[in-house]
Amino acid sequence: MLNRQGRPTTPQSGASDTHETFTGNKALQQIEPLIFEIGSTDQTGVDIDPPAAYRKRLGTFERKAAMGLPGLSEPETMRHYVRLSQKNYGIDSGLFPLGSCTMKHNPRLNEKMARLPGFADVHPLQPQSTVQGALELMDTLAHWLVTLTGMDAVAMSPKAGAHGELCGLMAIKAAIAARGEADTRKVVLVPDSAHGTNPATAALIHFDVRSVPVREDGTVDPKVVAALAGPDTAAIMLTNPNTCGLFEKDVVAIAEAVHKAGGYFYADGANFNAIVGKARPGDLGVDAMHINLHKTFSTPHGGGGPGSGPVVLSERLAPFAPVPFIRKTEEGLQLVEDDAEATKHGAHPFGRMTAFHGQMGMYVRALSYMLSHGADGLKQASEDAVLNANYIRVGLADLMSLPFGNKPCMHEVLFDDAWLKETGISTLDFAKAMIDEGYHPMTVYFPLVVHGAMLIEPTESESRASLDLFIATLRDLAMAAKRGDTARFTGAPYHAPLRRLDETRAARSPVLKWTPPQPILEAAE
Amino acid sequence: MGAMKFTKDHEYVRVEGDVATFGITDYAQGQLGDVVFVEVPKVGASLKQGAEAAVVESVKAASEVYAPVSGEVVESNSALEASPATVNEDPEGQGWFGKIRLTNTSELDALMSEADYKAYLSTL
Amino acid sequence: MRYLPLSTDDRSAMMARVGVDHIDRLFADIPHDKLLDHVLPLPLAKGELEVERLLAKMAARNVPASSVPFFVGAGAYKHHVPATVDHLIQRSEFLTSYTPYQPEIAQGTLHYLFEFQTQVAALTGMDVANASMYDGSTATGEAVLMAHRITKRNKAVLSGGLHPHYGDVVRTLSHMAKADVVTMTPDLHAKENLIAAIDDTVSCVVVQSPDVFGTLRDLKPIADACHAKGALLIAVFTEVVSLGLVASPGEQGADIVVGEGQSIGNGLMFGGPYVGLFATKTQYIRNMPGRLCGETVDAEGKRGFVLTLSTREQHIRREKATSNICTNSGLCTLAFTIHMTLLGEKGLRALADVNHANAVALADQLAALPHVEVINEQFFNEIAIRIKGDATKLVDRLAHHGIMAGVPAARLFPHQGLDDVLIIANTEINTADDRAALVAALKEVM
Repeated sequence: MLNRQGRPTTPQSGASDTHETFTGNKALQQIEPLIFEIGSTDQTGVDIDPPAAYRKRLGTFERKAAMGLPGLSEPETMRHYVRLSQKNYGIDSGLFPLGSCTMKHNPRLNEKMARLPGFADVHPLQPQSTVQGALELMDTLAHWLVTLTGMDAVAMSPKAGAHGELCGLMAIKAAIAARGEADTRKVVLVPDSAHGTNPATAALIHFDVRSVPVREDGTVDPKVVAALAGPDTAAIMLTNPNTCGLFEKDVVAIAEAVHKAGGYFYADGANFNAIVGKARPGDLGVDAMHINLHKTFSTPHGGGGPGSGPVVLSERLAPFAPVPFIRKTEEGLQLVEDDAEATKHGAHPFGRMTAFHGQMGMYVRALSYMLSHGADGLKQASEDAVLNANYIRVGLADLMSLPFGNKPCMHEVLFDDAWLKETGISTLDFAKAMIDEGYHPMTVYFPLVVHGAMLIEPTESESRASLDLFIATLRDLAMAAKRGDTARFTGAPYHAPLRRLDETRAARSPVLKWTPPQPILEAAE
Repeated sequence: MGAMKFTKDHEYVRVEGDVATFGITDYAQGQLGDVVFVEVPKVGASLKQGAEAAVVESVKAASEVYAPVSGEVVESNSALEASPATVNEDPEGQGWFGKIRLTNTSELDALMSEADYKAYLSTL
Repeated sequence: MRYLPLSTDDRSAMMARVGVDHIDRLFADIPHDKLLDHVLPLPLAKGELEVERLLAKMAARNVPASSVPFFVGAGAYKHHVPATVDHLIQRSEFLTSYTPYQPEIAQGTLHYLFEFQTQVAALTGMDVANASMYDGSTATGEAVLMAHRITKRNKAVLSGGLHPHYGDVVRTLSHMAKADVVTMTPDLHAKENLIAAIDDTVSCVVVQSPDVFGTLRDLKPIADACHAKGALLIAVFTEVVSLGLVASPGEQGADIVVGEGQSIGNGLMFGGPYVGLFATKTQYIRNMPGRLCGETVDAEGKRGFVLTLSTREQHIRREKATSNICTNSGLCTLAFTIHMTLLGEKGLRALADVNHANAVALADQLAALPHVEVINEQFFNEIAIRIKGDATKLVDRLAHHGIMAGVPAARLFPHQGLDDVLIIANTEINTADDRAALVAALKEVM
């Protein structure tokens, strides 16, 4: 008998891709409302049994007013946030060459380790005898950090890079005060190429910021530093490798100039990932440096945090480290949490950066990464990161312009927009066109010392095949830009979940939360 | 309408009697991009020439606006707080920031004339 | 090395293309005598199994909260987190994305930040909330600096019921920023006279409710006194679940509300990462620190979200920024948002109700014990008791018996005459059996 279940399995050419759908969705790209538009205050995705009758002890403070917080059942919640996730680009989606942000692979072993109940389910104020393993983990990570940096001590508690900067500068301020120079040493030297947090941090604790111009080759001139440094100088804040992707080759002379003037050398460790295992900041004259565990040691960026920013300190600054810190005793590890206890052990902590002890969840991940790589693997990772950046540099140098010449860079390569002149295409347009090609754009318009900056950091996580395709893509885009295919850029992105967003409108009349549409408001009244 | 004078930081003044109306120039608004916020000077504030008098922000840039002349602020254009776009649309007209009662008219002499300012712009 | 895709052949071929014969030629700018010629004295690479073994051994030396009757709180709370939360925050597109600077491919993050801001504003009873801070303590420090910017004064008054770590963060920051702080003495009985400390040099008063000893505070009279003198009230909470049952700080007149959001969606994690909540009134938006997400439209008029008002931030304002912070607490914020969505108003109220009921039950049982005085009259899920003897020793002894009895007040307030005070938290995780075990153990050792 004839089987009538057969049907065509070769696609027919059909309507164009501009065909509009009934829902507005495009297959996997779904338009997703806000929870406030789909949930209700009567709905919930948890089952909690009400308590037996009891007499409340809330005094006169019981909440009467409604909050207007909608709930969703579990399947609705799952679907809502899965759909949202599909509108995001992550490292796991593709090459993420965001300069100075170090978007390297985030190993899932780290996630698994951070969720061991012995780490994830311990309270910061449990008796110390019940958290010796947690203290051991912090102490082990601290040992790795001081060994890799060649420094004397580390303050673990800062919550992120900028918080680490603040911690480092506070230690410097405390050391200066201890020398009796609090009223005279108030200037912090900051190169023009520095990340914006550097001057912001210095200003926050009432240092005066003095800019250091960057010389022609993109680095800082020690002679300029020597001329600017003096008895009023508290410190220099220097990023090394710097934000132009170059190693500050005169770093030793710069450190000497600042030290000679009586100041301290704060290194911004944002780019430490280029030199782990190759050079130690302690050997270069650094007094304090924060380490972004989320950049160098692979803890996930999580869409903007949480970070973790331990600060390594030289012998001169170590006594001023904030509480808490760990001490080895005969009974085990002791967490020193208050000034009185710290003073007993000869320390002079400048204070406290945060409640409790810092970002334990990030410590576990970072140590898991370090143990996996080992000292040998960390060195290899730095070398691969630098090799990958240079491979991109030579692959694009003939088409795009390098502001400081075609010479070796560190872990990231910086282009400017000189090559786009006369095309009518901006750095931003070029970046948005990369989105259509399936890439996350590079860092744009930073550092500020270069016009229309494009800072590309491939990291060591990219294979050669991946880099080859990336280079070929950027070459194709660059040639298209030069031959006047302007619309491909100025209207981009065309294929992302949304087209270019109106940031002017968002800032002119800020809408920072959902408010019910008018008819619903009236009905509620 | 009085003659306009200009500063190197791209502020203008228009003097009528002893009151100078100031704002940022058309060139300045073009450099800033779409203005999204303006903090105008407070009426009654006494400003020194070159001191910070106002703040103007676009999406990606913020600039201080310096008092082009010294004096007391007698009026400020608070309409800009609700409609900052006026600074882009009509910087040297409706988009003025404040009016200052001059304390030292000789300060005006050091400012650029319109022709000088145009020449200055061509060097940038 | 399993995380590095380049093979030895790749490396040679790429070096040839780059034009160097040795990798160190690319490191030529490092002064020759500073370039390391050896591998640093640390262990070498390990396979996944070996790393797991090592770390599991360390983890095994800790006592997890869920393995014992657990009453430890004082700023971090053990709550049940639905399985859905941890699954969703591990979605690659959330976990491995960056700060949403390219909004067209970061709508997932921006969309939930907008939901988060709305949820926090609703919970706190305020107009606007930011996209989160590092934690409750640093949010408090930032709130004080913000109050100084708004009032153009620089003196903060801290309640004696404020968590002392929060106080330390404010004092450290203030000392460094040359601002004044008046700290009231530890206020076990909520009897302090804050209003007398408010004069027209005071920029802000910082009050925690429930306070560090668990007592609910009346914020309204303090808010009124602040406003009469041109000062601001900063209301702090460390237990966000309390807002399900207690009148919001906004209703009580707070100008800035900051707090710890860990209880919703986030585990104990030995103290971090957590999520700082920060909310205020519309008129103070431009003085607010931290990231903000706002609604807008794309080129085709479709709704979308972007980071906005970024001219307050360090990357544009440099030394004129409102704060040096460039991070929020991204993934912890997501965990908060998802858990809060699962709860909804109904679930949050139910959760808060169970917490309070458990605390009331324990308070009644403890009050019946000889030699125990329950301090609090009105509280949410945490109480303080005064015992005969040293609370630190008691807690250590009970830990030996497999019960985590709470936080000795002396751990937070050393040398301040609170050695006999114990702070005890009760959440939905505590069963009647847990409470019975605690009461029995207390009876036995006291």
